[in-house]
Amino acid sequence: MELEKLRFGTELIKRGFAKMQKGGVIMDVTNAEQAGIAEDAGAVAVMALHKVPADIRMSGGVARMADPRIIEEIMDAVTIPVMAKVRIGHYAEAEALQAIGVDMIDESEVLTPADTFFHIDKRKFIVPFVCGARNLGEAVRRIWEGAAMIRTKGEAGTGNVVEAVKHMRLMNYAINSVVKADKDTLKKIARRFAESYLRLPSLISSDMNIDFDDDTTIYEEYTFSEICDGLYDVLLDIKKMKRLPVVNFAAGGIATPADAAFMMKLGADGVFVGSGIFKSSNPEAYARAIVEAVQHYDEPEVIAEVSKGLGEAMKGLEISSLEIQMQERGV
Amino acid sequence: MKIAIVGVQGDVSEHVEIVKKALDNLGISGIVKPVRKRGFISESDAVIIPGGESTTISRLIWRDGIAEEIIELARDGKPVMGTCAGLILLAKHGDKQVEETDTRLLKLMDIWVRRNAFGRQRESFETEIDFKGIGRYRAIFIRAPLIERVGKGVDVLARIDEGIVAVRERNLLGLAFHPELTGDTRIHEYFISMI
Repeated sequence: MELEKLRFGTELIKRGFAKMQKGGVIMDVTNAEQAGIAEDAGAVAVMALHKVPADIRMSGGVARMADPRIIEEIMDAVTIPVMAKVRIGHYAEAEALQAIGVDMIDESEVLTPADTFFHIDKRKFIVPFVCGARNLGEAVRRIWEGAAMIRTKGEAGTGNVVEAVKHMRLMNYAINSVVKADKDTLKKIARRFAESYLRLPSLISSDMNIDFDDDTTIYEEYTFSEICDGLYDVLLDIKKMKRLPVVNFAAGGIATPADAAFMMKLGADGVFVGSGIFKSSNPEAYARAIVEAVQHYDEPEVIAEVSKGLGEAMKGLEISSLEIQMQERGV
Repeated sequence: MKIAIVGVQGDVSEHVEIVKKALDNLGISGIVKPVRKRGFISESDAVIIPGGESTTISRLIWRDGIAEEIIELARDGKPVMGTCAGLILLAKHGDKQVEETDTRLLKLMDIWVRRNAFGRQRESFETEIDFKGIGRYRAIFIRAPLIERVGKGVDVLARIDEGIVAVRERNLLGLAFHPELTGDTRIHEYFISMI
């Protein structure tokens, strides 16, 4: 094949990959056997992990990229795409996952962040990325950085859907506001959203008493004014399309078929299920039921039918009882 | 004119939008509808099976009786187009991956397909192809399949080197790439003209 005529890793290819996942369920798995169960149940992809979020929460300590050997075993076990998580801002973990050929990288707050200032510049990768977002500002920043898919952060490992619902509602309301806003207002919103990139220069500025301005390079090769322009362009896309310009999935606390259907009703393009499947009493049945619930989210009789006799869902946690809220990581 | 887009999973809305655009360009009025349950396909003039995961789409269309409706429509001579995952489902002959995942095919086109033929997402690409009857076309290949062999009566419409990436067999059109992702409506216009 004439390789020089083929273009790899373009934005269209990365965003296109994410679009192929629409209407689907992406399931967290920790070994090849679970991956097989997910594929048989009709998952569109699996997320290869060392531990599911509920166990990460239980065990504490630093959560890192999974062992590449486990990820490769999962890649060998299934034919559907395999995703894996890296710590926020951790370029070397992401490069390692790209090197073994993971289909999509999740720069995830579920792992312990590696960088408190910045996320990865995802445009520098051939493999597409998905990132969590609690609100429109986080989503717009991640999209500008090159994320091909956004997912709500929710609160992973809790089996409690309340935070995912909150994040989806915040996103939808903010998108409506952007659709109604004029261009001057969008410029102001873009500048406001860009302020998150100023944490590092602001700290240095107060530490050393030196100034920075709009033309100082502050993140990768970008100046503050270039970031503002970039975020403005993303906002213009949102205004035009009346939605995010990339696929937007629900994630973080989805435990039952009805949870999944509810997130679809709120406008999610698809669903990630983390601990909800393999922490339930009957993973095969839960996996199949959630796939069917996502497909038929607007048919209550189907949701009722697939919810019958499923056995215990994962136990679940009250948000106010949590020691760590993963959603607060990486803004 | 009624055009159904199989809507159980995959990039359904992209097909809906581009079919509407293609109809506008051709000056044809019509209804374009994503379909997640039985009923609409049998009264349609054409159906499109989009890209997505063939394993997932196959399970869902057979479970919900959509598969039988597509087969019946195709046997009536109505146009059916499959892109990427949709192409795999149209084939009579799957590869090892198709067999091992128990992916049930519609078995409509006399073609041999190989799933994920180019590799993983890292190996996904875009390139210019020559499409018979249309000309140069920017084609997007995402974890794409290849057509390895075709039976008699199957017309090859585009290749990348030796690999076959677009075929037509009477009223059936199969593409290994995604014409719904670029905004170029020519292939959808070609498909509509088959009605």
